[in-house]
Formats: sequence, C-alpha cells, structure tokens
Amino acid sequence: MSERSFDTHFRELKEHLLTMGGYVERSIEHATKALLEGDPAVLAMVYEIENKINQSHKLIDDGCVKLLATQQPMATDLRTIVAILKINTDLERMGDQAVNIAHNSERYLKEIPLQSASDLKQMAESAKQMVGLALDAFTQKSTEIAQTVVKKDDEVDNLKNKIFHQVLDYLKTHEKEVEQGLNVILIARNLERIGDHATHIAEEVIFALTGADIRHPQSAGVKR
Amino acid sequence: MDSQIMHVRNLNAYFGQSHAVKDVNIAFSELSVTAIIGPSGCGKSTFIRGLNRLHEEVPGARASGTVLFKGEDIYAPMIDPVALRRTIGMVFQKPSPFPAFSIFENVAVGLKLAGVNKKQILKDAVERSLRKAALWDEVKDKLHMPGTSLSGGQQQRLCIARALAVDPDVLLMDEPTSALDPISTAKIEELIAELKKSVTVIIVTHNMQQAARISDHTAFFLMGELVEFGETSQVFTAPKEGRTERYITGRFG
Repeated sequence: MSERSFDTHFRELKEHLLTMGGYVERSIEHATKALLEGDPAVLAMVYEIENKINQSHKLIDDGCVKLLATQQPMATDLRTIVAILKINTDLERMGDQAVNIAHNSERYLKEIPLQSASDLKQMAESAKQMVGLALDAFTQKSTEIAQTVVKKDDEVDNLKNKIFHQVLDYLKTHEKEVEQGLNVILIARNLERIGDHATHIAEEVIFALTGADIRHPQSAGVKR
Repeated sequence: MDSQIMHVRNLNAYFGQSHAVKDVNIAFSELSVTAIIGPSGCGKSTFIRGLNRLHEEVPGARASGTVLFKGEDIYAPMIDPVALRRTIGMVFQKPSPFPAFSIFENVAVGLKLAGVNKKQILKDAVERSLRKAALWDEVKDKLHMPGTSLSGGQQQRLCIARALAVDPDVLLMDEPTSALDPISTAKIEELIAELKKSVTVIIVTHNMQQAARISDHTAFFLMGELVEFGETSQVFTAPKEGRTERYITGRFG
C-alpha cells in the first residue's frame, strides 16, 4: 500500500526539523570552537548558518500549520505536531544564542583571555551535549534520553553560577578587565540559555510521546 | 460533580446470530453531550438504538442486559417502549419529516399521539420546540407549509423540534449531520451546544472533528465492543488504548 499523504508530509516535516537541528548543532559547535580555540575565522560560519536556520524555522512552521489545517491530526500525531512547532522555536532561539556567542566571542578574543573563565569549556561541552541528546530523544522517540537532558540542565545552571561568582570575585581586584569579565558572563548566559532550550525540547519530546506535561513540576497540582 | 442519568450494564444486542453489541458497560452524565465514534459496522448505531428500545423493532433483533434510566431498567416488563421513546427521543441520519404533514403538524404530532388536543397548548409547544431547535424565525410565517418544503438542514432541525416537543430527557442522534452541508452542520452543532442545557445528548458521528468539537465525553466502539470511554479532550489528545489511537489517527478503520 502506498504511503498516505499525511504520513508523507509528516515524515518530511520531521526530516526538516532534524536538518534544522543539525544546523543548530553546527552553529553552536563553530561558535564555541572559535571561543575555546581562539580562532575568530570560524565565526563567519555561524553567521552563514544563521540564515539557513531562519529559513528552516519558517518552512517548518508553515508545514505544521498546513498539516493542522488540512489533516486535523489527532492523538500522537497532534501532540507531535504541536511539539514540533515548539521545538522549532527553541531551535531557532538556540541559533540566535550561537550568534550571540559569536558576537561576544569576537569582542572577547580581541583582548587577553580571562584567567577565571576556565569553566566555560566544560559549560560549552555540557550545553552541546544537551542539544545532541535532545535531538536524539526526538529521533529515537526516547523518554529516557529526554529525561537525561532535563537532569543535565542543573549541571549547566550550576556551572553558570560558578562562572558568575568567579568572574565577579576576580573583577573586584582587576577593575580594568571589566569588559572581558562582562563578555565571559554574557557567554555563560548564552550557553545557559542553550541548555534551557534543549530542556524545553526534551520536555516537548516527552509530551509528544506520552501526553504528559512535565514542565513546571512545582505547579503540577494545578489543573491547566 | 456531574450526576449520571443513564447506566448501561452488560448490554448485548443481536441480529439473529450476529452479535452486534458486546457486553457494553457505560454511564452517561446528565446534561452533557456524549459522542459515540467508531468505524462502520462497529455497532454504534445499534448501541444507541438499544438505549430507547428501538433495536427490538427490527425483525429477528434482540437485546440483553440492563439500561438503568433514572434508576429504572428500561427493559423491565412494565415499561411501555412507545412512551419510553418520548422520554428518550431519537433523531436519525436522514431528515425524516412526515411528508403529508405541515411544519406545525410535524412538531405537534408527538403531543397529539400522547393525547394533547388543546389548540393553545399545542401552539405554545410547537413555538417553544421550534425556538429550541433554532428554526422558529425561519418558519414562523409558513407553519402550514409541508415539512418537506424546507431545506435539508431545516428539515433536520424540524425533526429535532419534533423530538423536543414531547420534552425528552435524553436525545439520541444517529449521525444527524452526515447528509448536510457545512453551514447546516454548523447550525446543528450550535444547536446541540444549546440543547445540552436542558437535554442529555448522545450522538453517533463518523466525523471525528465533530465529536471533538461538540462532545464532553467520547466513547470509541470497535467490532461491537466499547474500547475506550473518557473525556473528549483526553480521548483525542492522549487516548489510553492503542486501538483508539490507531483509529483516530487514521491508521485503521
């Protein structure tokens, strides 16, 4: 039997999302590589990929709206399309954060690197790992992988807090390096936001797979 | 908490040797809309015809089990099926006004059969029912015209007015919009939303979007069995049963 029109369009939509996920991973990879290896030449790649991410963002939204309007999906199909709409937004914002890292890195790399920024490398690795795992959870339809991402968010948040404190302490005695300190704080903040978006993706994957809404556990008793 | 007007226990329905409805247990909430969905031949129409004893009118058909309506078994020997069908009314797929009757007579016929003859009472009941069926404004100046002179959508609302005239507690609807255009369908759907303030509605529909739009609860039938019953928003977003999931996502049926 030939594939139904809905299944064809649905499959294409998921493929577009994974392609976009690939762009976002590459963009973050280039942005953090430039930062960690001190090579500003790679940053041009980030700006180039940003265009592709933005095109995909519109293409995927359009695909979701068309499927919702023409096929009136139900159950898992409906939940997955709603999840794709949200994941699409998270991926686009991750792309924006990669661009922000690129901007902040460009400024940072013009001066002498800050001593107290050594944890940025670990933070970048953790954030990238979260993005990869969130996309794996979607591809492999795995709630277990998605849960791993959610748990890992604390690790990235803790690293951000650690960097903030280290930089602030350092600046108390190195006032002339305040701009560099600010760049480090901004980059840590960008990486933390990437972790947050990866967490959102993991939460959406769990919603698509099970129908459970695990967001905001502190308000779990409140009926939406 | 909602109270339940009807409890169905171990309902079975047969056509000769064919077992059309299998051991169904379900309870219907008062003043709510319940949609019955499922593929063709799954027993959903037979099931609702078992709720006002219309099923047994088919030669060779029989039913077993209990249907408690307001605590009383409708299959008990002392129950008069004809009187029961006034309290638990039915609207069919194809609009079926009585061809020789005027619009007025179509609505008044149930009351007349129940022994109401006073003109003013009939007039008031006809107007009230036509208003409830959202048809009054369209027909008030031509009540003497044949019911069949109306459009398909109007004829269906006339049939709803006819069922409402005898003041039922429950209205069973068997695919009431499947023969209608989208505008007439929307009017009937709006009407159902209004009706549930005073009548409990149980509707069989093939249109899943319609079930999702208008019902509070949804029951999914497959091969004579009740597979899943729950709040409509739950059934259509996160069904518990794999068979429901496959049916509502179009993967079988």
